[in-house]
Amino acid sequence: MTLHQTIAKPEAATEMLNGAETLVRALVDNGVEVLFGYPGGAVLPIYDALFHEPRLTHVLVRHEQGAAHAAEGYARSTGKVGVVLVTSGPGATNAITGIVDALMDSIPLVVITGQVPTHLIGSDAFQECDTVGLTRSATKHNVLVRDVNDLARTIHEAFRIAASGRPGPVLVDIPKDVQLARAPYRAPSEVKFGHAYAPRLDPDPAKIAEAVELIARAERPILYTGGGVINAGPQASEALRAFAKLTGAPVTSTLMGLGAFPASDPQWLGMLGMHGAFEANHAMHDCDVMVCVGARFDDRVTGRVDAFAPGAKKIHIDIDPASIGKIVHADIAIIGDAGRALEAMANAWRARSRRDASELAPWWRRIGRWKARKGFAYEPSDTVIKPQHALERLAAQIKGRDVYVTTEVGQHQMWAAQFLPFEQPNRWMTSGGLGTMGYGLPAAIGVQMAHRDALVIDVAGEASIQMCIQELSTAVQYDLPVKVMILNNEWMGMVRQWQQLLHGERYAHSYSSSLPDFVKLAEAYGALGIRATTPDELDGAIAAMIAHPGPVLFDCRVDRTENVYPMIPSGKPHNEMILGDHPQVLGSAIDASGQGLV
Amino acid sequence: MALPARQTAERRATFAAVVDNEPGVLHRVVGMFAARGYNIESLTVAETDHAAHTSRITVVTRGAPPILAQIKAQLEKIIQVRGVEDVGQDPSAIERELALYSVSATGPARGEVMSLAGAHGARSVNDAGPTLLFELTGSPDEIDAFQSALRPFGLTETSRTGVISIRRNA
Repeated sequence: MTLHQTIAKPEAATEMLNGAETLVRALVDNGVEVLFGYPGGAVLPIYDALFHEPRLTHVLVRHEQGAAHAAEGYARSTGKVGVVLVTSGPGATNAITGIVDALMDSIPLVVITGQVPTHLIGSDAFQECDTVGLTRSATKHNVLVRDVNDLARTIHEAFRIAASGRPGPVLVDIPKDVQLARAPYRAPSEVKFGHAYAPRLDPDPAKIAEAVELIARAERPILYTGGGVINAGPQASEALRAFAKLTGAPVTSTLMGLGAFPASDPQWLGMLGMHGAFEANHAMHDCDVMVCVGARFDDRVTGRVDAFAPGAKKIHIDIDPASIGKIVHADIAIIGDAGRALEAMANAWRARSRRDASELAPWWRRIGRWKARKGFAYEPSDTVIKPQHALERLAAQIKGRDVYVTTEVGQHQMWAAQFLPFEQPNRWMTSGGLGTMGYGLPAAIGVQMAHRDALVIDVAGEASIQMCIQELSTAVQYDLPVKVMILNNEWMGMVRQWQQLLHGERYAHSYSSSLPDFVKLAEAYGALGIRATTPDELDGAIAAMIAHPGPVLFDCRVDRTENVYPMIPSGKPHNEMILGDHPQVLGSAIDASGQGLV
Repeated sequence: MALPARQTAERRATFAAVVDNEPGVLHRVVGMFAARGYNIESLTVAETDHAAHTSRITVVTRGAPPILAQIKAQLEKIIQVRGVEDVGQDPSAIERELALYSVSATGPARGEVMSLAGAHGARSVNDAGPTLLFELTGSPDEIDAFQSALRPFGLTETSRTGVISIRRNA
């Protein structure tokens, strides 16, 4: 008998397994190949079972937050469920940031937490916390399993709930005695799910017909798409491309939706929202029919809600009925899978009399004038590296390659969204809803675990990267050649930008005066450190980063005072963007009520 | 786009949610109200079908129609929720509440209170000693009306169960 012997296949439904073995078997039966975790007292039986299961690859992170983000990166780049395994108490609480991140961005995770034995629950035992209580509002669903006979069903159901409908994190809390108790194992096909949960996938054909009529009569239509299109799978992105082609309408997307529609397509307007493209925001403001697919009218997208697309009829397609009508009234509400809805609309469109493409020519001429304004323009420099320039050079060097990009949160994230073109879904992983600094490096590790030979780049800031820098150790341990490109401006750049624009240039605690030497830091972890401080060093440094076969920290020293533009200040409508070449409006951009917004 | 005026007038609403009777489901329901800033005017919960393992949670809340639609959708999103009815919008539904009232009435007022109770259909639970106790089952409006009527006579305490509801042809 070898140490890594596979747990025997069940010969009969009555095969007895303990809870830990049941969990491990259930993970395999649900198609899991990789999980991200950190051991501790309350999960040791599970780690014991993992020791005997070669079909599962466990990635040991350095902090449980990293496990959750890594699982998110894995999930977002594959379309599969990401799996996290952590211990009770601090293991669970450390994971919560990543769990909420997944909830906000609708990322399917199954999070397994160990718990103290059932007879100690409620006694304030060592490393006990009320995990299900703490995570009820942090998860799509969570369960404390008190009886080993319920465990297999609960795990199977967790995968089903996490992956279906509007995806999200599901947490299963397993007390240590349940991990050790024995019960007959039931495969996914053998269990009857306990809940009435059944998300609607097929859209109402009558609403589809109504929507298509409205779009066909529109003079200024726009497709506004979100992460829901990515979550609905590659066929949804295909359906979006087909429907856009049929209608000839311009396409914009949220931060979450980038890649669903190719950036190289002439109908692409770029990302919309607070730091979105000038043409995308103006087109949203002036459109007469808006087709929102799998997006949720986030405040970063709408700006001032009562001035949002004031003349538009709005069609809202979402798999989550609670998303519709939450922020913005939908004139036509369509509940269903984004891909199925787009396919149904395309079929309905083909069935009706065609519209002449030239009917949208005046709308495109108007969009052309906004495009000509070049809202992402910045002042180039020969002496300092402009962060936008750094990303343009990165884009040039990765052109034509299949690249996966993650980000941390802040200015660099917005510049990455503005300057890196995405042609395919599942290539762009960023913390949109929760805005979690520290997301990018562990997410990149998760992506790289799923795509071992791909180029995976975390576009980072020097502040964000320090929030989960310990995961560099994970990357080194598992030979994951992630590239971390730090746009180092020594400031929490987005905080500094807001302090400059909204708080009278009072830069309270947004400057880091004792940054680590990132090159030495990389070396300390066993990775490669690279630095560029002038524009002439940039191309060589990017090339060296890409060429290196292992993980890299690239300390790219950029202009310290650059701001992200365009910017829709809080409380302003889409057509009142600040542009980079109009710095005179700084300091008076918004009034007191806008200052109170986030 | 701002919501049309017709959609912004607030109304009272009673939602009846049939839920899987599992630990934590009430926390999820109440937590959703708290986290999203919705008010709970009353809340009742009890197991209603032991065999099917279901409970019925009845929540009385208040809001403009889009908010009420959002509350219903958010309730329906909870995995353990099997179904939600906006009882107040259903003409075939009836709502009932049980209340206990304690009135400190002596002298001639005592007789007045007793006859008031009779008029409201309340039952006297205790009339020994200086404090009168009444029990009343009725619609929330009837419970409110008796409470208001008792107030001038020295109403010292009221206890209400919150609303439960059922459809006539369920």
